[in-house]
Amino acid sequence: MHKTYTCIVCPNGCEIDVEYENGQLLACSGNLCKRGAEYVAQELRDPRRTIASCVLVEGGELPLVSVRLTKPVPRDRIFDVMALIHALKLQAPVAAGTVVVTDILGLGSDLVATRTVREA
Amino acid sequence: MNTMQRQVVIIGGGPAGLAAAAALHDSGIRDILILEREPRLGGILNQCIHDGFGLTRFGETMSGPEYAQRFINLVLDKGIEYITNCTVINVTPERMITAASADGLLRISADAVILTMGCRERPRGALSTPGDRPAGVFTAGVAQSYINLKNTAVGKRVVILGSGDIGMIMARRLTLEGAKVEAVFELQPYPSGLPRNIEQCLNDYGIPLFLSHTVTRITGRERLESVTVSQVDEKLRPIPGTEKVWPCDTLILSVGLIPENELSLQAGVQLDPRTKGAVVDEQYQTSTPGVFAAGNVLHVHDLVDFVSLEAEKLAKAVCRYLSGETEDCGITVETDGSVGYTVPQKISGKQDVTLSFRPRRPMRNVVFSVLQGEHCIAKKTVRKALPAEMLHVQIPASAFVSGESVKVVCEDA
Repeated sequence: MHKTYTCIVCPNGCEIDVEYENGQLLACSGNLCKRGAEYVAQELRDPRRTIASCVLVEGGELPLVSVRLTKPVPRDRIFDVMALIHALKLQAPVAAGTVVVTDILGLGSDLVATRTVREA
Repeated sequence: MNTMQRQVVIIGGGPAGLAAAAALHDSGIRDILILEREPRLGGILNQCIHDGFGLTRFGETMSGPEYAQRFINLVLDKGIEYITNCTVINVTPERMITAASADGLLRISADAVILTMGCRERPRGALSTPGDRPAGVFTAGVAQSYINLKNTAVGKRVVILGSGDIGMIMARRLTLEGAKVEAVFELQPYPSGLPRNIEQCLNDYGIPLFLSHTVTRITGRERLESVTVSQVDEKLRPIPGTEKVWPCDTLILSVGLIPENELSLQAGVQLDPRTKGAVVDEQYQTSTPGVFAAGNVLHVHDLVDFVSLEAEKLAKAVCRYLSGETEDCGITVETDGSVGYTVPQKISGKQDVTLSFRPRRPMRNVVFSVLQGEHCIAKKTVRKALPAEMLHVQIPASAFVSGESVKVVCEDA
């Protein structure tokens, strides 16, 4: 079977023509680099995404600290991860790089702060 | 009021200003002052919490705040002077700067002024959309600031006008925060943002994108109640009879960015009507001697990595200017109808130079050639050219055959 993917790995956004069978990549063309081939193989098997959001902070110069996942998680678990993020509350100060949740929902990805929020 | 004297003053502490400051310091310039209007350095990156920055400049992907912090750390480590909460209110062609700061008015005379003020969003008023004036209409960047910095939700049922990258990124962000994003409407017959954002911000969440559509009425008393959307014809005129009402409480506008050039105009800088930024030579020098520009104030970029790289090139040119080395840039760069603009617009023909440009419409399998008279002095073959993606072509110094103007043209590959 054939399908066309838009690669999301980098801003090139290569259009990749894919030939596949039973979720297995047989051949692909149009990708400028090998990460494109890895991307479509992963998409066929198990689409994964990283997400970014914010977590509430008490007593900080800002009411929120931005966070992101360190590794992609299955796309259909994104809203489970968001529900957990919404339930979190941190106390200022929060340093950039702080691991807010280790191995989130057992998905092998950590949630880290991407900025520093000092005490107000 | 005392007048300070600085060798270089940088107006704007966002990605372009920070990269220029760090690169100037690396080149041995020590007398640098950054003026920043906001309470903190970093500019718009502070609210761009999504991933995907840095692949070109650093070879790894990170969020906006992390990308900004890399450059803020460089500025701090090098001890470069900066003033936050400081709004520049005037720049003269003689490079005298007046700024309002927490310590009162400042007057600073500079040998070189670097303009890195970034850009602004096109607001609702620029669209002339008929209808009411209810609450609930936001530009994408304002909504982004509310949600990511101020912990303020903008609405629950959302329509997005314009397929710019920030609009699509906000479609995803609002969806993650529990809002229902009904659709994205784009006036043009092609998307104005990057294909990867259509994929990961819209398609992933089942948000439809309607091309050749626009909002033709805004309805609501206190709060937005609905928008009317119409199809448009090939001349972008709404087609009568195609109106459809979309109930919503929020309309997000992602309808273009415009370089912020109020100060540039005061400094006597000539603007390019195509980029709406300054006309610059290959030194990134504007028509006002000693005044330079880079980043989104010069032309709107799709990637911050290219902003940083441009500002770093500018810094090298400012160093040459300060040491008295100048090149006469008498070669103008022209374009055919397929290319929207180039930066720089003037070049010397004596140095290697990279032209940044944008195609005016989507094209496939094309060659962009730089012609000087009959001679092709550089070319770039592109499988897929999109207005959303800035392109670059390098011209080696050795390729120039004369001092005549050059022209960027597009042909089928």
